Amino acid sequence: MPAPGGVPTPAPSLRQSLRELRGAGVRPRSLDARALAALAANPGCRRRALLDGAGIDKGALARALGSPAAYGQSQFALVRGNSFEARVKADGGAELLRLVCERLVPGGPAPEADAVARPDLSAAGPEGRAARTALALREATAAGGWALLDHPMLALEVAGSPAYVEPDAVVVHPDGGWTVVEIKSFPMIDGAADAAKVGAAARQAAVYVLALEAVAGHVAARTGRPARVRDRVLLVCPKDFSNLPAGAAVDVRKQLATTRRQLGRLTRVEEIAAALPPGTTFDLRLADDGTTPTRPPEELTTAVDAVDAAYAPECLAACELAFHCRKRSRQEGAVTTLGRGVRGELGGLRTIEEVLAAAGGPGSPGCPDGPDDPGDPDDPAVAALRRAAALRAEALSGAAAVPAPRDGEPVCP
Amino acid sequence: MSLIETLARMEAVAAGRAQPLTTVRHRHLSERPLVFVPLTTAGEAGAPLGALVGTDREKPLLLTVPQPRDRDLRFAFLAELAESVLPYVDGFADAVEWEERKETDPETGKKVPVQVELCADAPQLIVPSTAGIEYVRLLGRSMRFRRTAEQEPETPYPAPPHVPLLGRWFTHFGERARVPGAALLLSMTGLLTRHWATGQSVLEDQHLGALLAWIAPPPGVRGQDAAEYAETARDAAGQLWCPPAGPATDPAFDNRLLAPAMARYDAGLPGAAEEIRTLVESRLRPTWDAVWQGVDLLRGLPEGARVADRWKRDRWSYTAHRDRIRAGEPPQPRQDDAVTAARKLSARESAQAQLDAQEALDDPLVMAARRLAGEALHGTVTAVEMAYSEGKRPMPRPLVTVRTDDRPQLDVDAKLHRPLADGRTQTAEFVAYGAGEPGTLVVRLTGGMGRGRTPEPGSVPEPDDAVCWTLFEHAPRGGPDLPDPEDTPWTHGGPPPGTTGTTGATPLPAPDTDTVTAEDFL
Repeated sequence: MPAPGGVPTPAPSLRQSLRELRGAGVRPRSLDARALAALAANPGCRRRALLDGAGIDKGALARALGSPAAYGQSQFALVRGNSFEARVKADGGAELLRLVCERLVPGGPAPEADAVARPDLSAAGPEGRAARTALALREATAAGGWALLDHPMLALEVAGSPAYVEPDAVVVHPDGGWTVVEIKSFPMIDGAADAAKVGAAARQAAVYVLALEAVAGHVAARTGRPARVRDRVLLVCPKDFSNLPAGAAVDVRKQLATTRRQLGRLTRVEEIAAALPPGTTFDLRLADDGTTPTRPPEELTTAVDAVDAAYAPECLAACELAFHCRKRSRQEGAVTTLGRGVRGELGGLRTIEEVLAAAGGPGSPGCPDGPDDPGDPDDPAVAALRRAAALRAEALSGAAAVPAPRDGEPVCP
Repeated sequence: MSLIETLARMEAVAAGRAQPLTTVRHRHLSERPLVFVPLTTAGEAGAPLGALVGTDREKPLLLTVPQPRDRDLRFAFLAELAESVLPYVDGFADAVEWEERKETDPETGKKVPVQVELCADAPQLIVPSTAGIEYVRLLGRSMRFRRTAEQEPETPYPAPPHVPLLGRWFTHFGERARVPGAALLLSMTGLLTRHWATGQSVLEDQHLGALLAWIAPPPGVRGQDAAEYAETARDAAGQLWCPPAGPATDPAFDNRLLAPAMARYDAGLPGAAEEIRTLVESRLRPTWDAVWQGVDLLRGLPEGARVADRWKRDRWSYTAHRDRIRAGEPPQPRQDDAVTAARKLSARESAQAQLDAQEALDDPLVMAARRLAGEALHGTVTAVEMAYSEGKRPMPRPLVTVRTDDRPQLDVDAKLHRPLADGRTQTAEFVAYGAGEPGTLVVRLTGGMGRGRTPEPGSVPEPDDAVCWTLFEHAPRGGPDLPDPEDTPWTHGGPPPGTTGTTGATPLPAPDTDTVTAEDFL
């Protein structure tokens, strides 16, 4: 029987094996939408899929491996984010509903404060809260009025294991439409906000929309009323340099399609777990203080290396393990440590050593003669590399100099 | 990233230190730049935490805000910043040269030459990173619409004098920084990554400490190790040895050091403000020194021949903004009207094309990338055959045969351009590939040989001369002229409200001030 949120609970054998990966008595960490968006951005990374799927604390793992993550959150940003959200939701969310109406239902009047249902969503545990949210959404949709759900809990299946995500708010419209509301504390100055931050918020919101769609299907089947998740979400940010909220509708159809496809591509956690050597575990064996790992780093490194990573420099901003993966990737000399884009022109050459040997041509140091000569001169990538290397060497030796211009540099007719 | 740059990065990995991407310096570097290293408060928009600013590397001015949520303290910071930056910026306003420019006479409609002022030099601001440039823009935006008590006695929360003026200059610098090749406001990471290829990705190059570690690693240390140390090494208290170049601070610094110190300040404990000052300076000083180290490294490169030409454009830009301020024009609007926006975009596009061409002509290493891309060819002349154009006055149109290893992407009648010894550009067109001999091609010279029947001496290459032809123009021009804002076509929203020529039906826009509330922090 599926859980009320519409997500199947993992099979007992998988649950058991994931518990073993975490270690005895370690509570799984739940995936938030930010982590899911990052996971979807790099669907080829089996390491991240497994560690996230098993709910392993990657930050603690990275510290135990000796390559702690560089990022965290400043408490100033946290305080500001929370106080802005509280401000936006003050007075029963009157300001928030006004923004929803203004930006998403132009022309429609904002609902009266007492005509909005604000269901209580508190329950025990994420499963309970997700079930409570699903119920509240069903009731609100059946009632056919406005409803504001503050911090609902939604469930989503990620690579075969459930993840729980928590949007800032969901608004139910009288027509059965549901709108995801994302409250962020970066400013919207003169109607425009930092594109990178808006993009991140849109990817995050797409995860919520995806999770809501599963619930909407259930609700529509049960109530007989149309329930659909709007693909335009409301982004609420501080206006200019003030603390007043400003709203903007963000179309997340593209992010939604991307996230859906990438999450679908994620190799199922079961398959990754099944391919691990028997007895593999990421248990840090924390000492009694609950923070100091007692497991030798070498053992952990072996365990982590048992599952492949797909490292790219973008990981540095999105994954706690990135410094560890970068170190390994650099040791292997993988070309992607310089950026994903560099692979484009290098054909089948995968390591920096191979590229340099191919560029140097026969007789260069590091270029073995014989059958495993990396530089096949007929390979267009190798030919281009040799040409690039020759041109670079020529220019650096100062062969070709171009005369200086005259002042003003007129062009001949 | 071009293949040559990818290769340079890989060479850097193998060598353990950065490799040159250029043989000359492609950006103007002032003899007395103003270095500005700002820090911001996490999560707040336009709430500075502190800054080091100055032209003397030994004596930077330290400015701090002990409680960034206090408007008065923020204003005090901005006022002090204005006191130190504006004298530097204004210091270039009065030394002028005279330049001749063609202007349309309003009465006759003819183009007549007029003498106009051009400042002999211009200010140059250097910030540590690209984020610093954005921060200058943000500070400019936050200040330029403020009103001082003198300007508007009724205004709530008046700004200190000079703050709106600094906002207008910062906005101008920020706008100018978006023009490719402009040098009024530069980021050190941008400067260094233009001239050196490190063995890491473009994203990691945004870390100034790591970038410098690759370019100038300590003796006996590989660049990758030095860079990793700069990125991650922490002291016993968990603080980074090499703090981020800002304006964002390290969360560990915020949480462990700054927040407790601010709590002490809020509680009114004596010495708390001084403590915050010391803390903020400890984060700023390494970046300050790193920026100057970068300046030294860049000064070691000879300046490209066409850099002065681009700097002259910066001087024009500075002079024009000086004139706008002197004329009492209002601050730059929140949003550009359609014509201004189109004009800016087209100016940036032609600046980019010009920069690409000039860098290639100044630097054989940049030209090498263009040759690899099939956009230029370098070769040796094997034969010159004299020919003449048909027409009443036959002009010399010599046919030059060149042997080259390059593989230019030539169409029939493709235009070619070649710099002459006197700095002019000679045009030519591609005729055909050499018959029978691979790697040769025939080019017809079409200009730059004077007006006579015999070409001017030195304007036609001789056999065995080395020549470099490009497929791109050397002084690309912008697109067609755009209408004045008053004549904005209806397709682009029509004339903006408030311009002359509108019928008055459109109301004037609301005065450009930001909403302020009693508490403007969150």
